[in-house]
Amino acid sequence: MHTPTTPDRHLSREESAGYDRKVIDYIRNAAAHGLYEIRGLGAKRALPHFDDLVFLAGSASRYPLEGYREKCSTKTVLGTRYASKPVVLDIPITFAGMSFGSLSARVKEALGRAATELGTSTTTGDGGMTQEERQSSKTLVYQCLPSRYGFNPDDLRRADAIEVVIGQGAKPGGGGMLLGQKVNPRVAKMRTLPEGIDQRSACRHPDWTGPDDLAIKIEELREITDWEKPIYVKVGATRTYNDVKLAVHSGADVIVVDGMQGGTAATQTVFIEHVGIPTLAAVRQAVEALEEMDMRGKVQLIVSGGIRTGADVAKALALGADAVSIGQGALFAMGCNGERWFRDGVHHDATADYAAIGTAPGFCHHCHTGRCPVGITTQDAILEQRLDPLVAARHLRNYFKTMTMELTTVARACGKSNVHHLEREDLVALTIEAAAMAKLPLAGTNWIPGVTGG
Amino acid sequence: MDRLTAATVDATARTFDLAHATVRELNQFLHRELPSTAVRRVTVENPGGRHAIAAGLDAPVEVDVRGHGGYYLAGMNQHAHVTVHGNVGWGVAENMMSGSVRVKGFASEAAGASGHGGTLVIEGDASLRCGISMKGIDIVVGGSIGNYSAFMAQAGRLVVCGDAGDALGDSLYEAVIYVRGRVKSLGADAREEPMTDADFAAVAELLGRAGFDHAPSEFRRIASARGLYHWNAEADQEY
Repeated sequence: MHTPTTPDRHLSREESAGYDRKVIDYIRNAAAHGLYEIRGLGAKRALPHFDDLVFLAGSASRYPLEGYREKCSTKTVLGTRYASKPVVLDIPITFAGMSFGSLSARVKEALGRAATELGTSTTTGDGGMTQEERQSSKTLVYQCLPSRYGFNPDDLRRADAIEVVIGQGAKPGGGGMLLGQKVNPRVAKMRTLPEGIDQRSACRHPDWTGPDDLAIKIEELREITDWEKPIYVKVGATRTYNDVKLAVHSGADVIVVDGMQGGTAATQTVFIEHVGIPTLAAVRQAVEALEEMDMRGKVQLIVSGGIRTGADVAKALALGADAVSIGQGALFAMGCNGERWFRDGVHHDATADYAAIGTAPGFCHHCHTGRCPVGITTQDAILEQRLDPLVAARHLRNYFKTMTMELTTVARACGKSNVHHLEREDLVALTIEAAAMAKLPLAGTNWIPGVTGG
Repeated sequence: MDRLTAATVDATARTFDLAHATVRELNQFLHRELPSTAVRRVTVENPGGRHAIAAGLDAPVEVDVRGHGGYYLAGMNQHAHVTVHGNVGWGVAENMMSGSVRVKGFASEAAGASGHGGTLVIEGDASLRCGISMKGIDIVVGGSIGNYSAFMAQAGRLVVCGDAGDALGDSLYEAVIYVRGRVKSLGADAREEPMTDADFAAVAELLGRAGFDHAPSEFRRIASARGLYHWNAEADQEY
């Protein structure tokens, strides 16, 4: 109805739903520059997610465990199918693969220190293994990516597991990017590239194409490492049901499924927001694929992409994941998007540095610029000093411990003495979309859209 | 028959017959036992096109493969010198770091892919994507190479004594390609450049290493035009 007192609702001031200010801004930018936007982090739009699920927990019909005293195991074993030395972790929460190049060496060291103290694993990224992360990480997963930057047999043998990366949730079907500002001499040397160029990683592996080739590639990696190390296969969530089946066929010990909320250091916004499916839908497809092949518990499933809280971890596990991986959450724990950075007991205001790259704390996704105001996603010799690896490791440890406590709290409330006993039956959905994607009943009903009538 | 018999005859030589032993036994010997033995020459009989033969070598051993190999033969080689008396499948010497691999016959796709060092010689032809993603390896092909060869090649030299297929050197970085025959087409950002004295010397040295006696003057140089190095060069211009 026409209400003259609120100008926005006046017909002469009506904002178009299809061409709102955000879309107009996009079009004007495209018109001015003739180039698409590149940015970091993950999908920003609202998506059906773990927030749309709730636990039913114990009551009269189920028996809860006492929240603080009774045992609740979080031990997690990955790579039991073929590897003679599976990865054994104290918690089912791991650090996702993030490259040296996108992150500073100090950040990689902090991740390694935290992972070691927590009894979990950390992962290399597109750009090879640094001494800092190998030395600080008890359990290090070494990625084999399409680019093969810095990939070498010595590091392969020094790794505790190998992750063949087919795709990434933020950009399935696309290769990585590292803009010239971040290709400093050390990064360039590790990647065998000229300094300062805008680096575009390949989107396909150089020496295999389909799943039958991948099976032979995995066999080669096992031969080189004498069948000791678990081999993970990571896929960006798209046709997850088929991709998981093909990864099993290819001989993976562990499958990593990264949903569209997963982050990146730099890629086209159109990729981040419009390619791939939400993590919630991907988990269910992955679990269905494993169940149909009778591979639940034989091939482990790691889920990533927008896992932020202990509740998210618990829900992923209840849906059938064996573990989760966290990337962006770890960056936020270290101070990403914070207003201050901290050194030698003193807080320093970073807001002017956010303004200088055209953003503000809470909104920043400018990892691609290499000008990270809090010293995380940078290769700049001065900016990277803003992150103290010991302080960052402490924050990471606190964050992961908090999530682990939340996870066990929920698991005990559901009557589980082991977090891996959480099950689909413990969950219901709050929205029809989430119910359909996760194939869970809408809360208070028996209705699973697409499965049960009604 | 005891396949270890040979070791009692000559402590520096060892034969694996893959009609009886497995690739895993061969590789685990090469990785784990070899460094503590006097063995410096290993012969692989009846390879039968098996995959990952002699992958992950890390010692200055000579390996002779008497027949055809499958995928990833001598993959990730370090220090070893491998000769294949036959043809090989995909990814021969993929990601090689050092040493050398010589294929007497033909090589299938992605020969020398992402190799960081060492020398790969293919006496016959190599199929698609030869030298893809190469990072410092030198590859010399006696025959011709297939389409998409040296795609995104970053460093090293690729010498082709025969012809090259479509899209040669697409998205090249700093690797250099020398071709003697015809090039069906160049890939994005690859261009022909004049041969300098340094190029003639490089080709002569590589041909010598490979044992081919073509005249360096018959080769042309293909390298990156570097037009894709800064793909957002216009990003700061508003118009």
